[in-house]
Amino acid sequence: MTRPKDNAPEKPEREKDVRIGVFVCRCGTNIAGFLDTEAVREYAESLPGVVFTKENLFTCSESGVAEIKRGIQENNLNRVVVAACTPRTHEPTFRAACEEAGLNAFLFEFVNIREQCSWVHKAERDLGTRKAKDLVRMGVARAALLEPQEEIRAPVHPGALVIGGGIAGLTAALSLARRGLEVHLVEREPELGGTLRSLNRIYPGDLDARALVSSRIKEVEAHSKIHVYTSTQMSALGGYIGNYRATLAHGDETSSEIKAGVIIVATGAHALVPEGLYGYDGERVVSQLQFEEELRNGRDLPERVVMILCAGSRNRERIYCSRICCMTAIKNAILVKEKNPSASVHVLYRDLQCYGVENEEILRTAKKLGVRFVCFSEAKPPEVEDGRVRVWSDVVGSEFTLGADRVVLASALLPDESAGPLAKMLKVPVDADGFFLEAHVKLRPLDFATDGIFVCGACHWPASVGESMAQALGAAGRASVPLRAGEVTVEPIVSALVDDALCRGCGLCASLCPYGAIEMVETEEGTKARMISVACKGCGVCASTCYRRAIRMHHYTDEQLQAQVSAYLKGS
Amino acid sequence: MLDAGRHPNINMLAYSEVEEVSGAEGDFTVRIRRKARYVDESLCNACGDCVAKCPTKVPDEFDMRLRDRRAIYLYFAQGIPAVMTIDAENCRYFTKGKCRVCEKTCQKKAIDFEQEDRWVDVQAGAIVVATGLDMLDPQVLPQYGYGRLKNVITGLEYERLINATGPTGGHLFRPSDQKLAEKVAYVQCVGSRDLNHCRYCSSVCCMYSIKDAMLAREHDPNSKSYIFHTDFRNVGKWFQNYERRGAEEYEIEYIRGRVGEIEEDDQDNPILWYEDTEKRVVRPLQVDLVVLAAAATPAKDAPKLAGILGVEEDENGFVKADGESPVDTTVPGIFACGFALGPKDIPESVAEASAAAARVAETLERKHDAA
Repeated sequence: MTRPKDNAPEKPEREKDVRIGVFVCRCGTNIAGFLDTEAVREYAESLPGVVFTKENLFTCSESGVAEIKRGIQENNLNRVVVAACTPRTHEPTFRAACEEAGLNAFLFEFVNIREQCSWVHKAERDLGTRKAKDLVRMGVARAALLEPQEEIRAPVHPGALVIGGGIAGLTAALSLARRGLEVHLVEREPELGGTLRSLNRIYPGDLDARALVSSRIKEVEAHSKIHVYTSTQMSALGGYIGNYRATLAHGDETSSEIKAGVIIVATGAHALVPEGLYGYDGERVVSQLQFEEELRNGRDLPERVVMILCAGSRNRERIYCSRICCMTAIKNAILVKEKNPSASVHVLYRDLQCYGVENEEILRTAKKLGVRFVCFSEAKPPEVEDGRVRVWSDVVGSEFTLGADRVVLASALLPDESAGPLAKMLKVPVDADGFFLEAHVKLRPLDFATDGIFVCGACHWPASVGESMAQALGAAGRASVPLRAGEVTVEPIVSALVDDALCRGCGLCASLCPYGAIEMVETEEGTKARMISVACKGCGVCASTCYRRAIRMHHYTDEQLQAQVSAYLKGS
Repeated sequence: MLDAGRHPNINMLAYSEVEEVSGAEGDFTVRIRRKARYVDESLCNACGDCVAKCPTKVPDEFDMRLRDRRAIYLYFAQGIPAVMTIDAENCRYFTKGKCRVCEKTCQKKAIDFEQEDRWVDVQAGAIVVATGLDMLDPQVLPQYGYGRLKNVITGLEYERLINATGPTGGHLFRPSDQKLAEKVAYVQCVGSRDLNHCRYCSSVCCMYSIKDAMLAREHDPNSKSYIFHTDFRNVGKWFQNYERRGAEEYEIEYIRGRVGEIEEDDQDNPILWYEDTEKRVVRPLQVDLVVLAAAATPAKDAPKLAGILGVEEDENGFVKADGESPVDTTVPGIFACGFALGPKDIPESVAEASAAAARVAETLERKHDAA
């Protein structure tokens, strides 16, 4: 791994050695229309270290970029400041221009005088111009202290660890293996298959759950690239993206160690056993899972079935909706009616969650077959007693008493109990309900904030079989990116321990790091922090927390930021 | 979007349409029509000087026609690639033979009136369909008065009104008199779960209506919102917390019942006639503004594209998933994700997109191995 130089804070080069070029962009009229860019350029000329200035019509255009390169070469510039727009669009352009002219890309500083100046001060030309000068002065002050940086690279071990051998884990493992990538698949139970082993038929395609999962298991077990570890749990984990080392504890009390470049978490969920709810006894009042078993065995199905939804969910204690129970109930209601059209089946619900296309059609089928639906409210839940269910219907405005040979409770889905301890080992978060917490709820649903670890299936949130499979394929796709690249590259804007002697090993930085990028290690000098540069995102939490000031941020050093602030306070 | 636009492996062909596909998995040839923008993409940097000078005003589609754009325009501020397009149907030069003001204004010489549609052939081993959604025009449900009652708008129009970059700068000014709308009703299942229109549940409306109502309250503490729903379908991660927060912190009133009809009084205030199924009463509610959660439909050209690709669709026009992979279509080598497969929200669409990418990789790498 190549790291940025971890030496002591670099002394600013002697002032006479610093040769800064400042390029001020007119952006057509976007900047020049609202502030005096020529005055800004002229002002830049007067700043310490600045040896060259130029105003461009569009600095980002081919001619603008050529002018930067020419400026660097003809004037021996060793720092470049562009005062233009946002770094999001053109920073790569200007960094590349510097590199092409032989200057390290990190000796470039971007000052935004468009979004942060001309566009927001359209009516205040003089003040806007003054602010642009302030911003340029600050940029120049920081530029003088910039240091060359090299991109950080680390190799990626070409294999994945998949935790959980249910439908999600199996699907993810197969997708990677089909692409020739090595997979270690770890399952706590003696058999692969997870929840699907105990299900009957699955919606919406009316597939046989066991047949589906069996075909997957067969494929997994036959695949030369997949190593299956059943009756096995991960007991310890070290390392970081590209270089994880996991200790696996096997059922026979032996253990082994494997290496992996990435990890996929697929530990699933299970249904709450509805103890204490609606007179649950496991015989006449059963869980939906028990009813699945009964349906699969298929003998002597009860004549009168009442299903109660939201058993133990969508209440004060457990606010969330388990997403799949409505459809599971409706599917099973249909199976009862198909086998015995004269059976009486009632589904008592609060809101029927038949989202999408197929679920809505399944609901219609159920209604056609004569399944009765009764809506109840959270305030007036049904009451179960002695083979009868009483339920108040708001719509009708009266109470129904339904005879019930079997009461089926659709209970909440809970994350697997291994999720909490596993989250600690992986240093990834879980939410208040115990489900794994992804990096971004909308845009990164399958990633953790920590690079190299991914999540799929019901351990992330209750999901149907189809949804779990889609997520599993997605997680495999995400995980394959570093595996296929063979290395990870990171912008060198990372933290570094400047001085081992300053570090007292308090561990505050490691516990606050949101990316698992700091390890505490034992050395001869005591416990010390070790920065894992490839995992670091450069957020700076560690550096700003360290009371010993033993940590510094590359490219955003205290000296650079202080110089910027001082330059501002000094005024023009 | 920006990341995709900047990625060295992504060649983005915006303002382009697929016209013909031949070949098979591992070796498709795709003929793409690149529509003329009359602007050189390599030169234009979207500075906007041309827009300021263009004399022709046209209703802005991105802003749901709630304000005007010019005949030369940027589809929307953050659009990628950030280049201008001349709308030839409305451009004064193309319709009347003179003007060319944009050409004179452009300091980068990016305007090119000689540009013509071009066709490019792209070789591809696999194809992903991600054509998203459109919205049912609620005029097909005359009882809701959309198009006839001024203060009845759609969810997408609301999005533009409440958006800081939208036509009202983020203020909820209602169309009839530009007065701040304080009492707002949100009507669910407008054409969704409806055998006459869209049989399916559009899946995203319940949540976006809560979000819309919250936004209204955040902009204006006097805002009061009513959401009329049947089954309230908030099944995603933390959605129930969100629903409860809407009621408790934002005082949104959730009313279980379909709206039968919307009328208006002489001040253009909409009056909703609805049945409250929990209280078993039919009653009117007068509000300032009504927002219709119109059914989300497959993209308008989805059937045409399905024909070109040869993939099967369901009766609603969504691409059919086939086999054991939820993102495989009926044609090997062609995958789909997001709303093209059926209604779903952002995280599900993003997850499916990664799934489709994984299936593409499996396909390409398998072909590669075989060769």
